Order: sequence, then structure tokens, then C-alpha cells
Amino acid sequence: MIEIDWYLALSAVLFTIGLVGVLIRRNAIVIFMCVELMLNAVNLTLISFSSYHGDVTGQILVFFSLAVAAAEAVIGLAIILAIFRNNLSVDITKVNLLRW
Amino acid sequence: MIEQALHSISQFYPEIVIILTLCVIIVADLIIKSDKPVTGWIMLGGLVISGITILFQAGQNGSFFYNMVVVDPFAVFFKLLLVLAGIFVVLFSLQSKELDSYYTRKGEYYMLLSGMMLGMMLMVSSTNLLMIYIAFEVTSISSYVLVGFTKKETDSAEASTKYIIYGAVSSGIMLYGISILIGFTGATDLAAINDALQNRADIPMILNISILMILVGMGFKIAVVPFHFWAPDVYEGAPITITAILAVASKTAALGLLIRFFSVSFIDSNGLTATGIWQTIEGIHWTTLLGGMAALAMIVGNLTALRQDNIKRMLAYSSIAHAGYLLMGVVILAQEGLASIMLYLFIYLFMNLGAFYVAMLFSNSIQTESIEKYKGLGFRAPLESIAMTIFLVSLTGIPPTGGFVAKLYIFSAAISGGWIWLVTIAGITTVISLFYYIRVVKNMFFYKPESNEGIIQFDLPSKTILLILLVPILLFGIYFSPILEFAKNSVQIFGM
Repeated sequence: MIEIDWYLALSAVLFTIGLVGVLIRRNAIVIFMCVELMLNAVNLTLISFSSYHGDVTGQILVFFSLAVAAAEAVIGLAIILAIFRNNLSVDITKVNLLRW
Repeated sequence: MIEQALHSISQFYPEIVIILTLCVIIVADLIIKSDKPVTGWIMLGGLVISGITILFQAGQNGSFFYNMVVVDPFAVFFKLLLVLAGIFVVLFSLQSKELDSYYTRKGEYYMLLSGMMLGMMLMVSSTNLLMIYIAFEVTSISSYVLVGFTKKETDSAEASTKYIIYGAVSSGIMLYGISILIGFTGATDLAAINDALQNRADIPMILNISILMILVGMGFKIAVVPFHFWAPDVYEGAPITITAILAVASKTAALGLLIRFFSVSFIDSNGLTATGIWQTIEGIHWTTLLGGMAALAMIVGNLTALRQDNIKRMLAYSSIAHAGYLLMGVVILAQEGLASIMLYLFIYLFMNLGAFYVAMLFSNSIQTESIEKYKGLGFRAPLESIAMTIFLVSLTGIPPTGGFVAKLYIFSAAISGGWIWLVTIAGITTVISLFYYIRVVKNMFFYKPESNEGIIQFDLPSKTILLILLVPILLFGIYFSPILEFAKNSVQIFGM
């Protein structure tokens, strides 16, 4: 039996990798992949707590969070397509018309 | 079980009306091939009916759908505000020239707007973490698309990119906070979380961190410093109608959610003191943290607004500053603070929507959003310019407008809570804000128009809408006790 601490540590590490990725990567698609990583880390936390408490609520929340993540990815890709049509690039450092 | 569900549905009419409106808009968009904005009128009708059904809920107090949503005076007040803002924004959209070049996609626009309305109405009435998260995301996802609705404009697409990246990250952080909170308390219902926390002898540090993470998500929606970086860019790039709904409705809904979340989950109803309930969660000095955030929002918002030329961007920074003033009421989480927030939100709705509406009228007729180009408009469009002046004076908070009353109440609540340094900062920044609001007025009235620029004509509907927005501001400057009484009664459900 693996203790819950290990699951939580793994999800914290995954979440941090995702967050750092969002901050340092410049490709919009990679940024969205990092966001997905963050959301999946959250799902892991929810499931491990849910199994630890023997309570099913956390697992139900995971279903909703998966659906939301899918919707967010769809919208995200559509928006990336819109900026690609305007800029012919998905590098977000080139998305810099609006500042100050 | 079926009785419970059926009984719940009878209390869910406002939301059901919005959902039906959404469906009718989709079908109407498919069937009716007309140049007239039929879908816009459908949405207007839906919102009015929904508003009427909300009025019937006044005075009720109950929990429905297995404690997922509640109908209580607090939720009713916020839902009414949101529907009111929605009605105004639909009226604006019907007149916007910016959206006209996308007339084939108007149905889509109103469909997403109804989705956003639904999400915001659920945000202020949900009492379960699962429901809170879903309502939050429904609002966010619709607004990401709406911000980028005029997608052929480069800045609209850019604004939408920035919004979704900030939004996805902050809602991810918020969800992580929620998952830790659920893990430590073993409950998703806000009241059950409260029970679990009361029964614990010690509050672990990780719990404080999880609350901080949830605060990130809500702070993002309210656009308060240090989570405000998206706001100026998104407000500038989005179509003006969407900027208006983001600045007013989205902020209102997030504040409602924030207040309910903190006061229901973490209230210790036995040890309620004058400074509010914050000492229940130990470990972090919450009042100082929120007070600092409010002070930073006022300082950053007002100082950066000084050097803006785009009217939408200027109003964006001003709305960050207003988020600071509103957050000042959250610091004093007691009856006086919350009631003054609700009064402030009510008046803020009219004055901010009014300022955006005049900006939209000017953008429609002279195709500019630059404050420099407003020179001489006071002579070319006198009525609209006077209205704009009143809205801006009210945003500054000068009597006899409603903005003064709003600020007065929130400042006096803070003083009686003992937050002298916060009120000092708020007072100084209010004076600073006068400079950039008055700059618009100066440009409009103190310059003569060029000889080739004639009087601009506005049609009757736009003048009517302007009047509807103006009257409450002037009226609430002198007569506001009903709203305040209603607000005070509404917050009693939190045991204050």
C-alpha cells in the first residue's frame, strides 16, 4: 500500500512543472499543454484524497474538471488559430500590440 | 428524491429562463435569415422575464438541488444586479457598430452572452465547491470567446489569447486550492467545510495556502492587484460591449462569490467580533493581506490610469482601482462592510456602464477611442458629453452623484473598523483619480472643434438609454436608503 503522501508529492511536482512551463515557454500550444498538466495534477490530488477518505465526491469532481479542461482546450486552440491567422506564428512574444 | 428535484426546479426559474433563451437563440439563428438582430431581441426578452422571476424570489431563503444552490436575499440581490447589467449590455450590443461587420455571427454572440449570464448567476448562488468551480468556468469560457469575438481585429485576437492564458492558469491554481481544501476537510459543501474546520483543534499551514490559491482565482476575476495584469489589455482589445460586461457583471459576480465563500466557510458564528471573522483562520494575517491588496489596487490602478490615452484602457485601470475600494469592504467582513459593498456595486453598475456607453456612442460616430481625439466633442455632442461628465464625476466620487454616497459608506465602514491607513490611501488615490477623469472632461469642453466638424446626431433610443442610466446616479446621490436597507437585510443570512 503506497501512502497518500507520495501521490500528493507527485501531483505537487507535476503542478509545479506545469506552472513553470506556462511561465517560461513561448509557444502558445506548449503553454496550453502545460495548463493541461496542471489540471491533471489537480485531478491526481482529488482522486488520491477521495480514495484516502473513501468518499466518492472527489472522483465526481474529476469528471467535471476533465470536461472543463476539454472545453478550455477547444477554446484555447480556436483562439490560437485566430492569432495564427493574424500573425502567422504562435509565438506569444509576438503578441505584443497591447501594452501599458 | 423526485419530490426534492421537482421542488428545486420551482426555485430555479430565473436560470431555466436563461437556458431556454440560449436554446431559442440557437434555433432562431438557424431558422430566421433576417438582417434584423432578432436574436438580440430574444435575449433581451429572456433577460427581462428572468429578472421578473427573480423578483418573485425576493424574501425567500432556502437551499435546493441537494444544497448545490441557494435562493436567499443575498443571491437575489446579486442576480438582480447581474440581470440589470445584462439587459443594458444587450441594449448596447444592439446599437454597436463594431459588431455590425460580424452580423452573420450575431446569434453566436448572444448565445455566448446568455451562457455567461447563466454562469454568473450560478456563481453568486452556489454553495458547493463543485458548483462554484463549474459556474466559474462557464463564465470564463464564454467570456474568452466573447473577448475575441471580432477576431479579424488583431488586438481582439490578442486580448483573447492573453485572457485565456491568464484565465486558464489562475483557474487551474484555484482548482488546486479547492482540491486541497476538499482533501483536508473531506467535504464540498461550504457549510460542511465550516463544520469540519470548527471541529479541528489546529489549522494546518497547507490549508491557508489552499485558501490563498482560491483567492488567486477569485482575484483574477475581480481584477485586483497583483492579479490584474490581464485587465488593461483585455479591456482594450475586446469589443466595448464585452468590456462593459467584464468590468461590471463579471466583477460583481466574483465579489458575490468571494463574500459568500469566505463568510460561509470560515465564519465562527460564536466568536463574531466587530472586525469581522478573519481571525477564525489562523496562520496568515488575512485582514492585513487583503487590506494590502486593496491598497495596492487603488495605488496601481489610479496611478497607471493617469497616463492612458485609450478610453477603454483608462476605464480598465479605473476599474482596477474600484476593485480596490470594493475589496476594502471585504476587509471589514461585518454587516457594515458588506452592505456598503452591495450599495457600491449597485451604483458602480450604472456609472461604469454609462461611461462605457458614451465611449461606445463616440466610437460609433467618430471611430476613435483616443481621449486626445475627444477634443471639441462637448460642442459637437453636448448632451452626450454632459452625460459623460456626470458619469466620470460619479466615478470620482464627488457629490451630489451616487458615486459619492457609495464611497462615503465604504470609507465610513472602514473607519469604524479601525482601518485608518487604508482610508487615508483610499482618500489620496481618490484625489489622484480626479486628474484623469477630469482630463476627459477638459478635452471635451475646453477645446473648440475644427471648423469642418459639425454637430453629431444621435438617435432617440440612444438618448433614452443614456437617460435611464443617468437618473439612478443622480437619484441615489440623495435618496439611497431603500437599497441600503435591502443590502443590510441581505447580509443577515451570514449571521451578521
